[in-house]
Amino acid sequence: MAKQQAIEQDGVVLESLGNAMFRVELENGHVITAHISGKMRMHYIKILPGDKVKIEMSVYDLTKGRIIYRYK
Amino acid sequence: MIYLKTEEEIQLIKKSSLLVGKTLAEVARHIKPGVTTLELDGIAETCIRDHGAKPGFKGYRGFPATLCVSVNENVVHGIPDNRRLQDGDIVSIDCGVLMDEYYGDSAFTFAVGNVKPEVLVLMKTTREALYKGIEQAIVGKRIGDIGNAIQQHVSPMGYGIVRELIGHGVGKHLHESPDVPNYGKKGQGVLLTEGMVIAIEPMINLGKRHIVQEKDGWTIRTLDRKPSAHYEHTIAIRKDNAEVLSSFEEIDIVLNN
Repeated sequence: MAKQQAIEQDGVVLESLGNAMFRVELENGHVITAHISGKMRMHYIKILPGDKVKIEMSVYDLTKGRIIYRYK
Repeated sequence: MIYLKTEEEIQLIKKSSLLVGKTLAEVARHIKPGVTTLELDGIAETCIRDHGAKPGFKGYRGFPATLCVSVNENVVHGIPDNRRLQDGDIVSIDCGVLMDEYYGDSAFTFAVGNVKPEVLVLMKTTREALYKGIEQAIVGKRIGDIGNAIQQHVSPMGYGIVRELIGHGVGKHLHESPDVPNYGKKGQGVLLTEGMVIAIEPMINLGKRHIVQEKDGWTIRTLDRKPSAHYEHTIAIRKDNAEVLSSFEEIDIVLNN
């Protein structure tokens, strides 16, 4: 059986929690907390509730994720 | 931390791995159009338990079955169900065995009936890539050498290499350190030493490399729904030649008859 690394999923931002953290609802209905990736913070990409984003997460902790892309 | 195995432990892993080969061969006898993947799962479980071992995947992080049966566009981790195999399908069967506290892990992709030539080439290339990787698995090389060899062999064909799923160490746990990706740079990563036991498992897509996870939480399929092949061996790192602990020999005998 293959071991899983981080897996990418899409989701919608529900609310901003401050400190670059967000609550995001994934396509499969799960709600997770996600923080914005360092690269997005460097480039000052703002994220608002309602935005569709791409999330990278580990299969070993399904409650947290990293936002790696904001769809236009 | 990478746990180095003693010679006795490697022999135990070998016993488990050979049983996997035997089980896959048993399953291979029954692969034909019309058979459901659930039936194959039952055959495998009976075979494993008859030999006094336990299925390695059942219950692993909640996986419900003995085999991972992944048809066509499914890459790996397919859950057996009532889907019937059809002429022209390819089916990747991944099996794990737990015997005397040690795991064995191996996978093979079977063709069902008459498969398109391009898909057969994909299967052949994937299998070759696995052996290219094994060639690099010797003392003094690094993990990146294995991944690089696989990548070099597959890339010219324009196939996609799945990156989210990777090989792994094998021992008392199904997944151990080190991680063994199917891509990489020469001379990078963990140094291979005697006593390491790893599973190398290239997953190669006919189309792009991207994958998605189905809603069942297990099945991984290709994003573009093109077929994907998957072969896996459990091997022990040795000085001149890696020792392949699992075996496709019995499977090949069944397939050639």
